[in-house]
Amino acid sequence: MPQKKSLDELKALSKQIRREIIEMITAAKSGHPGGSLSAVEVVVALYFGVMKHDPANPKWADRDRFILSKGHAAPVLYSVLAECGYTPKESLNTLRKLGSIYQGHPDVRFIPTLDASTGSLGEGVSLAIGMALAAKLNGSPSRTYCMLGDGEVQEGQIWESAMYASFHKVDNIVVIVDHNGIQLDGWVKDIMGIEPLAEKWRAFGWHAISLDGNNMSEVLSAFEEAEAIKAKPTVLISTTLKGKGVSFMENNPKFHGQAPTADEAKLALQELQ
Amino acid sequence: MPAKTRYELKLGMATREAFGRTLAEVGKKNKDVVVLDADLSKSTYTNFFQKDFPERFFECGIAESNMVAIAAGLAYAGKIPFCSSFSAFVINKGFEQLRVTVAYPNTNVKVVGTHSGISIGEDGPSQMSVEEIGLACSLPGFLVFSPCDEVSMAAIVRMATDHVGPVFIRAGRMKAAIIYQADQKFEIGKGIGLTDGKDVTIIATGLLVAEALKAAETLEGEGISARVIDIHTVKPLDREIIAKAARETGAIVVAEEHLVDGGLGVRVAQIVAETTPCLMEFVGLTGYAESGSPEELIDKYGLLARDVLTAVRKVLARKK
Repeated sequence: MPQKKSLDELKALSKQIRREIIEMITAAKSGHPGGSLSAVEVVVALYFGVMKHDPANPKWADRDRFILSKGHAAPVLYSVLAECGYTPKESLNTLRKLGSIYQGHPDVRFIPTLDASTGSLGEGVSLAIGMALAAKLNGSPSRTYCMLGDGEVQEGQIWESAMYASFHKVDNIVVIVDHNGIQLDGWVKDIMGIEPLAEKWRAFGWHAISLDGNNMSEVLSAFEEAEAIKAKPTVLISTTLKGKGVSFMENNPKFHGQAPTADEAKLALQELQ
Repeated sequence: MPAKTRYELKLGMATREAFGRTLAEVGKKNKDVVVLDADLSKSTYTNFFQKDFPERFFECGIAESNMVAIAAGLAYAGKIPFCSSFSAFVINKGFEQLRVTVAYPNTNVKVVGTHSGISIGEDGPSQMSVEEIGLACSLPGFLVFSPCDEVSMAAIVRMATDHVGPVFIRAGRMKAAIIYQADQKFEIGKGIGLTDGKDVTIIATGLLVAEALKAAETLEGEGISARVIDIHTVKPLDREIIAKAARETGAIVVAEEHLVDGGLGVRVAQIVAETTPCLMEFVGLTGYAESGSPEELIDKYGLLARDVLTAVRKVLARKK
């Protein structure tokens, strides 16, 4: 299992992952920087502080699992998986290129150690429930984590799965909503408002924790709180900054799904030193 | 003198019931088998499994999309999920999930759509699944089964359990005529010749297999020898048996309780075109039906032996 990292190490690693995200997407000349950058602390915390997993034994049945339901944030996941040793680091910059294992959205055909293929929004919580039910049947301590985008909760299936998980007391899943406030066409509040978000999940029977999802210590505490919750599923309403760490990408809807130019990438990497 | 057909065509149980009963048996032997339903377990007969193995049965409520993706999650974690509902709901409302969480990552999910075709009857077109063969066959990696009776359904449920990969099985509401002896052997992707014949071939699936046999009996009385083939596996389709029939009889009628567009017929025609082009006619639906008793509907919408005969006469007239 990867050594759990200290708070300072996790913060430093987050910065490194952000640089890699910029490099990957710049090399690919397409991709989704904003929602990858916003999600960094949560994904880093999961793989280096929260989840039980073993890169030397990737198919370990009792491992904790992670589903990136907002599959367009693939770069953050790829960068973290490579850092863990699941996939080669040297080819990260082949992202989105023909033949690359780093497909535009996570694809188990190319990376068999991924826990699920994703990319069509709305499906992750259901997948997580399936894995969690299997764990319960097997008497396994395995827990499943699933990250959604905030725009993604506009999908009806999210609420079908939310209803299922609480009714059937699926308490071995944790959903994280990467609440960065921006979707492709603009601000979530202008496209299809989703507030009050935590109250919606509570009304569906979930334990909801609100936090600053770019604050590593808050992220770690939220996962700790989630682990103690029994008989109901937990959701983290993880408020983040879209494009976090790069001044001109922060809160800028343009960088939801657009790669930086070479000059912009240079500036971004300077800011992330 | 007309020879007596070898097929008594005694009514047996509906294929959906054979599915439910076999599933409970399979569940006894294989502890990895889990079952999901969407508030129709009394109609799909997954309630037999539920009664025997409540801990491995997951009631999903009226939420088919969620059900299919939960099944995919269970499959990712090593289980063998069967998820079932009316075909019209699971294939249509679940199609996106069948595509992205089942077909594309090739998860080991089995989907059983019951109440297929128009023979669901009085409930009407919103509940009638008439596009499912086209939809299911369009999904890469899927095996697609359409059994005609309780014996073939039982065999197919067992084969589907052992096969690693996505499966769609079509089941009907009505009691189905028994075609096969209990000891019949079935093989994935192998059609079964039910009668020998040299003048014309009738390729049928599901409820139309019995109608094809009735038509063949009538034809025999007229001195026309018709070969009847049951296609229980629509995908992968048996190229060999189809090419041989095209070569040896030179005329093929395909009969199915499904829209002709996207149905078995067009898939057979592709193989005919690729192997031995021959004359063809198609018996199937051309649009949505209406409420009525199953018997009235299959009569009005042209899915009887009479309609198979009309198609055979048409193709034979063209052959001359």
